[in-house]
Amino acid sequence: MTTTLSWLGEQLYGLASRLGLPGIVPFLVILAVAVGVVLAYIAVSCMFLIWWERKISAHIQVRFGPMRVGGWHGWAQSIADAIKLLLKEDIIPSGADKVVFVLAPMVVFAASLASYVTIPWAPGLIVRDLNIGVLYMVAISSLAVVGIIMAGWSSNNKYATLGAIRSAAQAVSYEVPLVLSILGPVMMAGTIRMGGLVDAQAGTWLGFLPRWFVFPQFVAFFVYFTCALAECNRLPFDIPEAESELVAGFHVEYSGMRFAMFFMAEYANMIVVSAIATTLFLGGWKGPWVTLPGLSAELSRGLFGLVWFQAKVYFLLFVMMWLRWTLNRLRVDQLMDFAWKVLLPIAFANLIVTGLVLMLGKEILFYAGGLGLLAAAALVLAARHRPSPTPGAVPAGKVG
Amino acid sequence: MTPKLAIFYFLAAFTVWAGAVVVLGKNIVRAAVALIFSFCGIAALFVLLDADFLAAVQVLIYVGGITILLLFAIMLTSRISVRTVRVINDQVVLSALASLGILAGLAYASVKGIGPLVGPPTIPETTPFLGRELLTTYVLPFEVVSILLLAAMVGAIVLARKE
Repeated sequence: MTTTLSWLGEQLYGLASRLGLPGIVPFLVILAVAVGVVLAYIAVSCMFLIWWERKISAHIQVRFGPMRVGGWHGWAQSIADAIKLLLKEDIIPSGADKVVFVLAPMVVFAASLASYVTIPWAPGLIVRDLNIGVLYMVAISSLAVVGIIMAGWSSNNKYATLGAIRSAAQAVSYEVPLVLSILGPVMMAGTIRMGGLVDAQAGTWLGFLPRWFVFPQFVAFFVYFTCALAECNRLPFDIPEAESELVAGFHVEYSGMRFAMFFMAEYANMIVVSAIATTLFLGGWKGPWVTLPGLSAELSRGLFGLVWFQAKVYFLLFVMMWLRWTLNRLRVDQLMDFAWKVLLPIAFANLIVTGLVLMLGKEILFYAGGLGLLAAAALVLAARHRPSPTPGAVPAGKVG
Repeated sequence: MTPKLAIFYFLAAFTVWAGAVVVLGKNIVRAAVALIFSFCGIAALFVLLDADFLAAVQVLIYVGGITILLLFAIMLTSRISVRTVRVINDQVVLSALASLGILAGLAYASVKGIGPLVGPPTIPETTPFLGRELLTTYVLPFEVVSILLLAAMVGAIVLARKE
């Protein structure tokens, strides 16, 4: 895929120099094409994902979901919805701060669009394989919260403001274990380039498992996926927009195309976090491939990589939707407790164990396991000798 | 004018404009939002200087962390976002003197030219270099800062739990 793309680029540069254009023109053309492709991908996948989510939710609740528009299983429902949203009247509430109100959806969408720069779709197919890939992703994803706060505040609506405050608290809290969980695979690969992370997962574990980081780093994967759900404001972490208490949270005053931008950004963000999970833990575009007839080996490897990457991303998206229609919403205090008292210690422990194993070799795991068993046995023995508290009594220190 | 220079001037103007909104804005939430744009502009300037790691950290810490906490605090303070704040206070003369002094220094430096304190960096990738330096040459300051931050965190929790 790399050679095909660079051949196309050379053709473009050659054409520009024959026409006597400066070197920046083909560069800008390539830039525009890349942005256009990414935007088209986001728009199409958002429409598909919305339809898919409605279908999944319907089937989980033993319904059919949209069935009429377009014929086969209502496949054109999202297109109809998009046209409806585009044609709607643009409403800005009279009490709103107009500049911030208009800017907010743009900031949210721009943040998720910018994350697509470093997603490695296939071997050699990446907009820019930055040196600081993972760090860039983490930094950019924190921008979306800013847009949400802007939306919540500028709407001049108490439900919107409450949703924005909840969103800010949630995003800041869950970002800490998220970054710590990402560090596990980064330490194993020794790079934060997205392409380098995929390359580090070539080969097999124990001769039969693909060398994906999800196997040694399953704890980090669990922490990452939980935090990613929270970063996307997905159930069970959707308290910023909890319908039953906050109407719709931060975007309650938005309608028409501005609302559609928030909606698109949410699905675009889901794709981004799934793509990061795929790159860091599930081996990226790696998977079995064969040379297709009539194509070069490299190109068919690239095409297979593209399909494998999409398959993994869509599997994770399916899990996210599945969880949404299965789990209950958490309360605010449960949410905060979970981030700081459960996820953060787990992420730290994973980091320490990963570091120790990397520095001291795998044998340390056996010694540590033995010590852990001894400690557990000692704890169990100690617990059996302690008198059990009277049932129903409030333990001291828990009052007030 | 090369494209890079044009981009620099655009980013510089953008950053200064956002900074001016922060200082002169009468509405505190708008000022905080403008602060975010100003930080992003500075991060983009870092990218122009090949300091990509610094740029990402700038966005992560200042935009993703500090400004969001700032906005959080503003929203929790009752009615502060409705009130217009005073932009100029009693120390206007003193601060004018200080900023004029800085302006004079910067103008002198850019017209006459002061030699760079360190040579231009020759590091191909900044991130591994930074990591290695932080854990070898500069490990003591690094640890001291870590302990300071830990102490600040513990102090914040103690203060918050006092009631």
